[in-house]
Amino acid sequence: MRAAAIVSEPGVVTGWRRLATPRGGGLMLLAVVLAVLPALLPNAFFFDVAILVALNAIVCVGLNLLIGYAGQISLGHAGFYALGAYGSAVLAAQHGWPAWLSMPVAVVAVGLLALLVGRPTLRLKGHYLAMATLGLGVIVSIVLTNEDAITGGPDGMAVPPLVLFGRAVQGEAVWYGIVAAALWLTVWLALNLIASPVGRALRALHGSEVAAGTAGIDSARYKLQVFVISAVIAAAAGALTAHYAGFVTPAKASFLHSVEFVIMVVFGGMASVWGAVIGAAALTLLPQFLTVFEDYETMVFGAVLIATMIFFPRGIVPTLARILGGDRR
Amino acid sequence: MGGPWLQFIAAGVTAGAIYALVALGFSIVYNASHAINFAQGEFVMIGGMSAVSLVATGLPLWLAVPLALLATGVVGAAVHKLAIEPAQRSGRADVVTLIIITIGVSLFLRGAAQVAWDKRIHALPAFSGSDPIAIGGATIVPQSLWVLGGAALAVLALSWFFNRTLFGKAMRATAHNPLAARLMGIHTRSVMFVSFALAAMLGALGGVLVAPITFTSYDIGVMLGLKGFAAAMLGGLGSFGGAVVGGLLLGLLESLGAGFVSSAYKDAIAFVVILAVLFFLPGGLFGARGSDRV
Repeated sequence: MRAAAIVSEPGVVTGWRRLATPRGGGLMLLAVVLAVLPALLPNAFFFDVAILVALNAIVCVGLNLLIGYAGQISLGHAGFYALGAYGSAVLAAQHGWPAWLSMPVAVVAVGLLALLVGRPTLRLKGHYLAMATLGLGVIVSIVLTNEDAITGGPDGMAVPPLVLFGRAVQGEAVWYGIVAAALWLTVWLALNLIASPVGRALRALHGSEVAAGTAGIDSARYKLQVFVISAVIAAAAGALTAHYAGFVTPAKASFLHSVEFVIMVVFGGMASVWGAVIGAAALTLLPQFLTVFEDYETMVFGAVLIATMIFFPRGIVPTLARILGGDRR
Repeated sequence: MGGPWLQFIAAGVTAGAIYALVALGFSIVYNASHAINFAQGEFVMIGGMSAVSLVATGLPLWLAVPLALLATGVVGAAVHKLAIEPAQRSGRADVVTLIIITIGVSLFLRGAAQVAWDKRIHALPAFSGSDPIAIGGATIVPQSLWVLGGAALAVLALSWFFNRTLFGKAMRATAHNPLAARLMGIHTRSVMFVSFALAAMLGALGGVLVAPITFTSYDIGVMLGLKGFAAAMLGGLGSFGGAVVGGLLLGLLESLGAGFVSSAYKDAIAFVVILAVLFFLPGGLFGARGSDRV
């Protein structure tokens, strides 16, 4: 569990020595793991699971910026994820756009939407914010289900493949490469953001919004920024998922899917980029193992979740880091 | 014009009464522990399903219903004892952690229901026949009256409990200020224990009352929990009257939205209105006053 030793506390070291810091080291380790993993995956099924893990991890790293660092909960991020997926799918399937263009356009559009709804939503606090984001997600899900002329309704719609340099991107191995690169990039972005003044401002307003405001931090602006960033990341992962799977259904926008993302973030550890990655991996893989329990699967999953949160209330990675690092707090 | 209006209002108030019961459960647990119990919807399911099972064993309805409520109350107390209390005892569980735990509980209960019962849809016999009654231009099933009466009785009983009994007052005191309550000698742990049991029984009551109309199955808890949560937030979290008003309002919004605008978009309409309310009143309709909670 080396990753556990590499959590949070971004260093203030600059220049090349950064590579020796937990942050740089973690990025290197992630790159190595992502590069070595394909050699260990025996067949297409395992590649598929690995891709799923990486896509979920991308969403969770983004969502963790909002939940773990800015302290703002969202129970509606599956909405952004699904809008990214459907946006790109509709542009590609019905308007004939190439996927390399429809994906970024859809992602930017979702970002603008997040900017629009984020302003009034983020004025709410705590459980009311949870309610509002939940509502936004539910509305997206209902619209996607009902506008069947555009979205194909509850049955979903087929998505054209991603064509790069005249060739369709196909096969699990190639997609693994794309998604792995996207994950690494997301983690790199997140780590940099956290170490930047924005990250410090976010943590300050997580600690106390009033105190942060007194210190001159425009908390509304920073909250909105990170909300939009996390929505954009979710939308990007959604768009990638759509073109990888070749199919998208409204279930992607469901409340339960939003909750799944939040569970992954909290399970792995809030305010820890690596926690988000580990949480996404653990909770994407867990159901694969639990299939041996057949009918008891849901029950066992619930029990695992309860037990983990009781014994690791801060999530797996931060708790392990504290144990390994000799209870610093 | 009166006919359809009355019809939709009757349907809306019936659904709203159920939402109100679920919302009351959310508020009671919130007041005791400052946690949102996302397993609240599962209590509705357990109430309905266990009543169905008890009736199937040959018990009369008047015995099966209280037993189902009791059983769900025990489940609620067990949830607190086995999942919430251990987490709070460690002292490091914040609000989001507690939310995830209750989501775990809800998955566990849903999974258990799927194993203990099955995945089929069950109906409870209506309490007093199913011949529709005509009132004004609207026709309603007698079970609607049971829903309204049952919910009204529950609300009256609760307000008596919270205003007139020592334990009810202790619960209100704990909601206002747990530390001060503890210093006054209130056993706040048992307050939390009772809150969960009470919330579970309220949910179960909703589940039992509505089971003859909408039927019940292992997975009805998700949607009802969501609606109850929305109703509690609309009224203002932790507010007793807010939960009732929020529930009825949500039921009416849905029913009128479905009737006059679009039935496919009825849930969306309800959520749009809730968002609009929250944008202008960030503490819900009756929330964030502090003086009249519970």
